[in-house]
Amino acid sequence: MTALTAAAPAALDTGDTAWLLAASALVLLMAPGLALFYGGMVRSKSVLNMMMMTFGSLAVITVLWVLVGYSLAFGDDVGWGLLGDPGQYAGLGQLMSSDSNGASTVPLILFAAFQGLFCVITGALVSGAIADRARFGAWLVFVSVWTLLVYAPVAHWVFDRSSGDHTGGWLINRIGLVDFAGGTAVEICSGASALALAIVLGHRVGFGKDPMRPHNLTLVMLGAGLLWFGWFGFNAGSALGADQAAAVVFTTTLVAGAAGTLGWLVVERLRDGHATSLGAASGMVAGLVAITPSCGSLSPFGAIVMGAAAGAVCAGAVGLKYRFGYDDSLDVVGVHLVGGLVGTFGIGLLATAAAPTGVDGLLHGGGVDQLGRQLLGGGVVLVYAFVVSGMIGLVVDRLMGFRIDEEHEVSGIDLVVHAETAYDLHATAGARSAGHGILGAITQQQSTQQREEPRP
Amino acid sequence: MKLVTAVIKPHKWEDTRAALETVGVTGMTVSEVSGYGRQKGHTEVYRGAEYDIALVPKIRIEIVVNDEDTDAVVNAVVGSASTGRIGDGKVWVVPVESVVRVRTGDRDDAAI
Repeated sequence: MTALTAAAPAALDTGDTAWLLAASALVLLMAPGLALFYGGMVRSKSVLNMMMMTFGSLAVITVLWVLVGYSLAFGDDVGWGLLGDPGQYAGLGQLMSSDSNGASTVPLILFAAFQGLFCVITGALVSGAIADRARFGAWLVFVSVWTLLVYAPVAHWVFDRSSGDHTGGWLINRIGLVDFAGGTAVEICSGASALALAIVLGHRVGFGKDPMRPHNLTLVMLGAGLLWFGWFGFNAGSALGADQAAAVVFTTTLVAGAAGTLGWLVVERLRDGHATSLGAASGMVAGLVAITPSCGSLSPFGAIVMGAAAGAVCAGAVGLKYRFGYDDSLDVVGVHLVGGLVGTFGIGLLATAAAPTGVDGLLHGGGVDQLGRQLLGGGVVLVYAFVVSGMIGLVVDRLMGFRIDEEHEVSGIDLVVHAETAYDLHATAGARSAGHGILGAITQQQSTQQREEPRP
Repeated sequence: MKLVTAVIKPHKWEDTRAALETVGVTGMTVSEVSGYGRQKGHTEVYRGAEYDIALVPKIRIEIVVNDEDTDAVVNAVVGSASTGRIGDGKVWVVPVESVVRVRTGDRDDAAI
């Protein structure tokens, strides 16, 4: 994330603004992309719930972000670089006038919207750890509290750069952490939160015993492709300008996704004997995860090394859940936490001062200083997100119950929680595997009448 | 009358249908089913996790035939669906007490 404001006041730049508008829309596209990526990976009885966790996050986080989230993350620091002033930009009405932009070349209200979408994606990523088994209402409550207590503070620490009379967060300003687009705030944060929730909720019925095959790998591949497309907005948009830095970031993002795909497939071919489509989609995402913090710090060749390393390491890391017995259903830990650590720590090794962030890593003669900053920043975010998310999860579980009944989990969460089934592939309504009601009959219900939960 | 039920490999279905046509079978009921015999299942790998998939997809064909046509129909299925490897399937025959054609009310042999 480059400095939002320069020393001298500057007018709005229409090119910068146009790119950030487009980049923000690209980041929004990552939400349906993620919903498809995750939705295809679960069984057909829970695909709607999986996608609804992403769409629910999109709705609830966006509203919360406008109300107070942006202010907590990017308001003037209230002390020690830990949190922004929650009242300063509450409701974002303060950013209506162009006078509010100060020295920024893009409207601050657009920056606020762009950053809000980062929070949406991060929150939605967490849901992959609790597929098939979480109550929808409990998930929305969790992700709301998580936005305020986990994401907003972490975003303040790593994204909010001090400038002029504005003081920002501690990791970026005092420690000198380099995190261009969110290896810590997005990837490590979502992965550590996912690990905590997977432990709080416990494993799915049949985990490690029953085959839980992805029900539609074509959706997974389409979703991965949309994620990559949106990722250009995520990373190159974080340059906050239509300039050389954005172009470098665009290129490193492109090549890291490609190298990640190859890294994962090579490991799979050697270890399992086959190069799989799920592996290609996963390796692509792993490479993109690792380039997220480092996209502004690497040469294109460095990005190839980074992407390939992340693909290969994550291909191994997805097996950890079986060794340790936590059911991180869609491998948020194996891909996002581990990939985020590879990218964040890798800056300390592979960064080159010729890249936009201008820092040399160990392998470019920069010594171990930057590596130390990266280790500290990544470690702090990991521990904070894990502990606080775990506590929120426990409280939600205690107060309202986080999991659905085992009986409903086995029969399928879509029907029980949403009263819908994703697919009707049969000519006769009565032949639907999870169908209910009389064959072909449409019954109208009084809106005041309490409808019983459908039982398959 | 007999009910001939055959469970065969999906990729032999077109061959079997053609073979049944040549011995005069004019209609049948076909469904996609899954199961296993000596072939057992197979393994699939997702993100490095191996799953043993016990059930194998098969095609089930059901035909009601006159007693005298039974052997020809069974032989047609066996001849067309065989690959010589495990998992080729089974054919079995059971007696049928009566058959009615819904449109005309024709009964038994006339209804076949």
